[in-house]
Amino acid sequence: METSMKTNRRLGEGLTYTVLILGSVVMIFPFVWMVLTCFKTQAESMAIPPQILPSHWDLENFVTALQSLPFVNLYINTALLIVLRVICAVVFSSMAGYAFAKLNFPCKNLLFSIVLVQMMLPSQIFITPQYLMLARMGQTNTIFALVFPGIVSAFGTFFLRQTYLGIPNEIAEAAYLDGCTKWQTFTKVMFPLTGSSCAALAIFTAVFAYSDLMWPLICNTDLNMMTLSAGLSTLNGQYTTNFPVLMAGSLLAMVPMVVLYLIFQKQFIQGIAMTGGK
Amino acid sequence: MQKTSKLSRDGAVWGLLMVAPTIIGLLVLNIWPFIETIYMSFSKSLPFGEFEFEGLDNYIEMFQNPEFWKATGNTILFCILTVPVGIFLALLVAVLLNSKIRGRTTFRAIFFLPMVVAPAAVAMVWKWIFNTQYGILNTAFGQNVGWLTDPHLVLLTCAVVQIWSNIGYDAVLLLAGLQNVSQTLYEAADLDGASKVRQFFSITLPMVSPTLFVVLIMRLMSSLKVFDLVYMMVDDANPALNDAQTLMSLFYRESFIAGDKGYASAIVVWTVLLIGIVTVIQFVGQKKWVNYEV
Repeated sequence: METSMKTNRRLGEGLTYTVLILGSVVMIFPFVWMVLTCFKTQAESMAIPPQILPSHWDLENFVTALQSLPFVNLYINTALLIVLRVICAVVFSSMAGYAFAKLNFPCKNLLFSIVLVQMMLPSQIFITPQYLMLARMGQTNTIFALVFPGIVSAFGTFFLRQTYLGIPNEIAEAAYLDGCTKWQTFTKVMFPLTGSSCAALAIFTAVFAYSDLMWPLICNTDLNMMTLSAGLSTLNGQYTTNFPVLMAGSLLAMVPMVVLYLIFQKQFIQGIAMTGGK
Repeated sequence: MQKTSKLSRDGAVWGLLMVAPTIIGLLVLNIWPFIETIYMSFSKSLPFGEFEFEGLDNYIEMFQNPEFWKATGNTILFCILTVPVGIFLALLVAVLLNSKIRGRTTFRAIFFLPMVVAPAAVAMVWKWIFNTQYGILNTAFGQNVGWLTDPHLVLLTCAVVQIWSNIGYDAVLLLAGLQNVSQTLYEAADLDGASKVRQFFSITLPMVSPTLFVVLIMRLMSSLKVFDLVYMMVDDANPALNDAQTLMSLFYRESFIAGDKGYASAIVVWTVLLIGIVTVIQFVGQKKWVNYEV
């Protein structure tokens, strides 16, 4: 009995590892193949039977990719898009989330229902009028255009409201009675308590701003004002069959975020688990 | 007590000031555009971004257009292909990662990796792997399957990539749900001699069902509005374009390439209704299987 249970457990463990390792191979293989292809010549990439390793670790494809797309601009645009959206989301959502959770003011429920309605609607329903608005302002092909639909965040407001609801009222009351103004109660006492939630919101906002494709494609058609995602899609049209160049471009586009992820892996996963469900 | 506290009583002005940026932003960027889209769907687009009310014409045109029905069918099929299998695999990964094994964080990090790679780059590498003539999948096995060009296969191929992309994200959410299940439940079940399989169905599944429901709703919504992956994997020259056209790719083409914003608005309104109907069905159906008691 005892030994059979032990073998059973060992069997179960072996099965667990087998499935997880097989799964991991499927998850990683595309990236390995991408990296290997980057260094091949076009002829090598098309060899039949397939050639696994490149004959020379040549950087030529990266040079071609860098020449076909203004990568420096794409990096800067994407970085600005992410940073500005994160700042806007954290600052405005903290203010609104705090007010909805801790303060009383007229029409509070009505105003909060606006937040809920926005969360329930898919973003595509806003996108055409948002574009027309932007075009009327003459702001297409700008950094402002990229940030524009994400200046405020209904999800962030909802999420941080939850966080503030979890903080006892007594803390704010005490600060207020000690002579803090309402604004100081918020900035000096309450806001600093929400660090991990703000970090989670920042990561969530960054990941989704980075992967968004439809809006950047629409608002900025000038190659120099594109994001990495939108830039890649033009490369896709330019080099339909030159896969080594396409892979080099994709690798260049994904490296910064992957490096950040490898450094802050725990925060990334925690952040997504916390904000989960959007 | 809470309502009469000094802080919240005096808060009216500050409260309004602090929600002002968000509320004004939402009104201008979302609520007004939402109303405009509905109005546009009943209007004819004129040059220079002007619109003229014309009643149901866009909807009549849409319902008579086979391309539209094809896109609706593709979108629903894409949902059916991705959601059940995707959630099953994510749950499997989450359950395995929840057991006491070495290298848990490494495995978790690997499965989560596609989440931090832009779908544009993900699509590009899979397009290369699935390439008919030179893709590794065909050349390694000496096959000549048109993964992305065969009308019967293209949507399935896109579905595989979609599942691959989301498995880690869903698993992380489900893992958080699993970790909330009290260990004492399993200990009690062990003492009663319940098998691991029995424990999974009698303890794990009911306890994690609220998280499962959240993941289900999220996946249904994101599959019904899928765009980037399909747009990148199936380009305009692809002979199977029509068989992989989803509602959102049709919307994008009509609104921003063909420029018929009125007609495109009707498509997006239809998509939102579809998402609404599916979500309502799920919320009604959840009573049968989601367990909110601890």
